[in-house]
Amino acid sequence: MNGRYVISIDQGTTSTRCIVFDHRGQLVSVDQREHAQHFPRPGWVEHDAMEIWRNVEKVVPRALTRAGIDASQIAAIGIANQRETTVVWDRRTGVPVAPAIVWQDTRTDALVEELARAPGAEEVQRRCGLPLTTYFTGPKLRWLLDNTPGLRKRAERGDVLFGTMESWLIWKLTGEHLTDVTNASRTMLMDLSSLSWHPDSLDFFGIPPAVLPEIRSSAGVFGTLRTVLPGVRLAAALGDQQAALFGQTCFTAGEAKCTYGTGSFLLLNTGTGPVRSQHGLLTTVGYRIEGEPAVYALEGSIAITGSLVQWFRDGLGIISTAPEIETLARTVDDNGGCYIVPAFSGLFAPHWRSEARGVIVGLTSYITKGHLARAVLEATGWQTREVVDAMNADSGLMLRTLKVDGGMTSDNLLMQFLADVLDVPVVRPMVAETVSLGAAYAAGLAVGYWPDLEGLRRNWHRAAQWLPNVDPQWRKTEYDNWQRAVERTFDWIQPH
Amino acid sequence: MPGQVQSIARAAAILRLLAGGSGRLGLLEIARALDLPKGTAHGIVRTLHDVGFVEQDKTSGKYQLGAALLHLGTSYLDVNELRSRSINWADPLAARSGEAVRIGTLLDSKVLVVHHVFRPDDTLQTLDVGALLPPHATALGKVLLAYNARGGLGDLVPYTRRTLASPRVLTRALAAIREAGWGSDIEEMTVGVAGIAAPIRGYGGLVVGAIGISGPVERVCDAHGQPRITLVTHVREAARAVSRDLGGRGQ
Ligand SMILES: Nc1ncnc2c1ncn2[C@@H]1O[C@H](COP(=O)(O)OP(=O)(O)O)[C@@H](O)[C@H]1O
Ligand SMILES: [Mg+2]
Repeated sequence: MNGRYVISIDQGTTSTRCIVFDHRGQLVSVDQREHAQHFPRPGWVEHDAMEIWRNVEKVVPRALTRAGIDASQIAAIGIANQRETTVVWDRRTGVPVAPAIVWQDTRTDALVEELARAPGAEEVQRRCGLPLTTYFTGPKLRWLLDNTPGLRKRAERGDVLFGTMESWLIWKLTGEHLTDVTNASRTMLMDLSSLSWHPDSLDFFGIPPAVLPEIRSSAGVFGTLRTVLPGVRLAAALGDQQAALFGQTCFTAGEAKCTYGTGSFLLLNTGTGPVRSQHGLLTTVGYRIEGEPAVYALEGSIAITGSLVQWFRDGLGIISTAPEIETLARTVDDNGGCYIVPAFSGLFAPHWRSEARGVIVGLTSYITKGHLARAVLEATGWQTREVVDAMNADSGLMLRTLKVDGGMTSDNLLMQFLADVLDVPVVRPMVAETVSLGAAYAAGLAVGYWPDLEGLRRNWHRAAQWLPNVDPQWRKTEYDNWQRAVERTFDWIQPH
Repeated sequence: MPGQVQSIARAAAILRLLAGGSGRLGLLEIARALDLPKGTAHGIVRTLHDVGFVEQDKTSGKYQLGAALLHLGTSYLDVNELRSRSINWADPLAARSGEAVRIGTLLDSKVLVVHHVFRPDDTLQTLDVGALLPPHATALGKVLLAYNARGGLGDLVPYTRRTLASPRVLTRALAAIREAGWGSDIEEMTVGVAGIAAPIRGYGGLVVGAIGISGPVERVCDAHGQPRITLVTHVREAARAVSRDLGGRGQ
């Protein structure tokens, strides 16, 4: 291959983008398309997997056209994807049997309660490193099998295939039914130590093995494209948050990053062995390079950060674009005593309270929309503080700088606030699209476009840095207020 | 006197029509009311939609006046929006040029730094977003002045021997910038430091900001003391890429 570029597909929650990267890991061109979010009932969130596939078919050629290159100049392609979102499709027709159930969807709450009481529940959770919640794939797949007429029969006969988004796209692109270890580690069906589907976990959730894809390394050749860019090798697939860990070159145990998009996800590389959390973090696979041992991570997942800004824009209509939240927040000097805890679908890490719902507290007639805008941004800061505290307690190490990336990092007020509440420097790398970069790095590494991890590390440069600049007493008082606000979200939804 | 531009007159009529009553209008209703062929009306409405003067309802497909019209009096592009939309192009400019990148807009006859990317050498640097720079002594500022219709030049403080501190000389330099499509400052604010900048354009070519690099004069300029042509190309390409994303033609 004489390829001079690597491309990646970032199949995210709100959009699908294709980015062309050069040998220095710099962005050459990008094309992006949003897909529809369907909310058919309260708590339900669905995507149309066919629409997402059509978007892939559009953005990839357009990104190449914008870069002025053709398929012969592509060394490899990598995929990063929204995690846990569940698709089942017909093996012969290639048509999805139902809308994809998105990771934020809470329709499985009753099912999850029931499963939590079933024998073997403890063992299943220990084996996969995840708590039983609506967030993960296993319950969603079980729900589809239970609620789509005739599906269980077809599944047992092997007529339908299951996958998270990367499997769906790999299958459409190459015809192979595959997944990677990072995505498999979010299903609750995989054994974290053997990295294979576990028969007892499959039994527990009632999943016929015939529907499952084969688990592969994250960086390694999955196949050759038959369509879109025929002949190009598909050489990586990772969950988006793991891709960002890779893109931030957190290759050594102890290195961490936090990605700020729809939700925010702090991942800490813990080396080649899984570490169990005592403080509400998830144990997950960070990445696996073919022929090498898997690298594990501890994860602090925050469900609602950028989507709170989105809600301020679309739900309340107070701003017309996301970045205006900063403009509005700067019209005031502080939050005026107001706090927003966005427990829209319960609280994820470190609380894992599915019965919690959002609150705005501290309202007085003094509060303006400027104070609310500030409270929106501060919610992201304090939620990060909670997962960083959990991470420090679990790892016994104190985080010394926070590497950040994602759409919200263009918000300077938020980045400064983060440094202030964490009391560590916050650093943004030269490529904010780190999810895409990570998928490109993994693919390029697999085909020898980049020789080794050290070479990738040398591409990392600091683009911006924010230093803590507040009085410790302020930090203490505000954190205390935040924690009291969080308590007020608990126990809102009554047990069934 | 030049004649009327028909499509502008029609666009104005469509805006008045939409402003006239309550409720949204469909394309056919607009075309009928103005006695225009549907295709013509569609072209004009699409353009008005692109610039934000009309909005389309997602479910009914009907049109109404857009939010941008109501905010005509305030700044056209929010500075935080400008940063957000240019961040993907400022990073590669820093990586390719090896120099620090800044994006600026004019604010009360000063240059407001709205985005700053460090020089990619991982040395200690301080973020100076929010800083104000003198327009006449910086590449960013001169580019912004060159396309500023409300032509004040600001306070022409001589920072160095090379600062363009006379209105006549500066005005000539601004004409040259418009001619070339980019500008530079060579030790005009700080001895030993040079910069290159180009305009960022929104819809219709309106200049909404400038993007540029700055660094040691011996790196930014060649042996003849002129800005290096490869760096000029990088800066102009970045400006064009941001402009394209903003819907401007990016010259
Ligand atoms: N300047 C900003 N300030 C705050 N939030 C922002 C800003 N710009 C974008 N966002 C938020 O960032 C999110 C988009 O980031 P992105 O990384 O593309 O997310 P995802 O990959 O999850 O779709 C949106 O939720 C948006 O509200
Ligand atoms: Mg994303």
